[in-house]
Amino acid sequence: MFKNKDKYLSVILISPSVIAILIFVYGFIGWSMRVSLSNWKGINPDYSWAGLKNYIALFSDPRFHIDIRNTFIFTGVFVIGSILLGFFMAVMLDQGLRGEGFFRSIFLFPMAISYIVTGVVWRWLMNPAEGVRMSGLNLLFSSLHLDFLVNKWYTTPTWGIAAIAMTAIWQMSGYIMALYLAGLRSIPNELREAARIDGASELKIYRHIILPLLTPITLSALIILGHTSLKVFDLIIAVSGKQLPLDVPAIYMWQTTFDGLFYGRGAAISIILLLSVAVLIIPYIRYTLKTGVEQ
Amino acid sequence: MNTKALRKNWLYVPLIALTIFYLLPMYVMLVTGFKSFAEIDLKTMWNLPHGISFENYIEAFAQLAPSLRNSFMMVIPAALISSMLGSLNGFILAKWKFRGADFIFPFILFGMFIPYQSIIIPLVQFMNTAGITGLPGLAMAHIIYGIPITTLTFRNYYASLPQELLEAAKIDGADMLGIYRHILLPISVPSFVVVLIWQFTSAWNDFLFAVILTGNTEWPITVALNNMAGSQIISWNVQMAGSLLAALPTLLVYIFLGRYFLRGLLAGSLKG
Repeated sequence: MFKNKDKYLSVILISPSVIAILIFVYGFIGWSMRVSLSNWKGINPDYSWAGLKNYIALFSDPRFHIDIRNTFIFTGVFVIGSILLGFFMAVMLDQGLRGEGFFRSIFLFPMAISYIVTGVVWRWLMNPAEGVRMSGLNLLFSSLHLDFLVNKWYTTPTWGIAAIAMTAIWQMSGYIMALYLAGLRSIPNELREAARIDGASELKIYRHIILPLLTPITLSALIILGHTSLKVFDLIIAVSGKQLPLDVPAIYMWQTTFDGLFYGRGAAISIILLLSVAVLIIPYIRYTLKTGVEQ
Repeated sequence: MNTKALRKNWLYVPLIALTIFYLLPMYVMLVTGFKSFAEIDLKTMWNLPHGISFENYIEAFAQLAPSLRNSFMMVIPAALISSMLGSLNGFILAKWKFRGADFIFPFILFGMFIPYQSIIIPLVQFMNTAGITGLPGLAMAHIIYGIPITTLTFRNYYASLPQELLEAAKIDGADMLGIYRHILLPISVPSFVVVLIWQFTSAWNDFLFAVILTGNTEWPITVALNNMAGSQIISWNVQMAGSLLAALPTLLVYIFLGRYFLRGLLAGSLKG
């Protein structure tokens, strides 16, 4: 079908990208794995074999336990919050109200902003100071006589990370809304009309017709949010710096590697992160490409 | 019909409540920025300014101007080059199937999702050994790790174009590069806008690569802002003004080219 010359040319033209990905993604992952199995601690590389020592040390490390707990709380609050909020915003905006475009732009704009900006601003909004020094949202709640809402935000013991997850919901829920809205718009209107003629209530239509049709979108949303929360890093740094109660694997990795020069352990954390992301992503890529071909 | 319309109007209550939630940080950023130094007090954080003053912005700009410049210098080439590579790759993968093409696409795509922590140690070692440090190194990292998403967006776009478009050109004797240059490139402008915006935004907003690959004279805006916020000497009002300056370029892109921004987001979920 194609001339041979063109075939060679296409292979040559795509090679630089493929080689770059081969080295910078796969090669570097292999390199990181090798570092994670070494004793490297200090400025100079040391590839002496350590076996699984770094991994075993991590799993008995109290700091890493805090990281895992925080990752679970963050993921739970962030994923559930963003999906629920995103879904309900999409359903509301799908009702053909006036001003839909305005609301959509407002809900989505945080996606254009960096986690650092979000973190810096929310840090002042979530100021935990009490009494006469009270400010931010607590001050606002208190002046609106909503004192029961006043709380210690990200300085709350154990659950402080949930306050950070809330700022992440602020940032990402609009994205989820956009995904669901695109999904809702792709459902033919005749389907709803037919159900209505059959006497189904609006609630039933959503539960039995629309929700099942949106399952692929929920799956995408879960994957996107899930892998985002495993990698969360800048947002926490910008809100609270590097504090142990709000520690997560990405911060531990950064600190132990680049401040503590404990490369072996840092690499081990990064590989654990990679594996947790990979179990989500690899099936997802396979599933998406397969359904894509069918379409 | 009337009761139904009335029922729908109730939806404005939660929608307006949500609008307040989303705009709250913007409100504080804006009003704080416009207050004079004399008015700054955490106790009156929610009050409107008495007049319009630019002291906070001037102070923040004086501190952040070099890093804003660094960000622009790094982001523009990074966005341009990774978009061009993505367009070429997307064209080849969508229209020029060679053996192994079906394997190469997911092979490239996986790079989009990896936590960058898992490549950062080798990346720093490699860049230092190769002598590519500072802003050029940072731009290079954004180009390479941007290839998966740019390739994905262009591939999906080119795959949606009818094959007849190419067949006709082939009959006329056009070769592969001719088809790319004369037929596909001219109709790729919207996709280029989508991809350029996406790359511009993600490179501008990146923190991890920036904080690890650059030193303090080459800090892009995210790193400079974070350090400003962490410092005890710089007061919160200047931090707020600085945050707005840091967010402004991507916000303006969003305001004026929001449609393309949205398309990039939807493409990023793999669904194209």
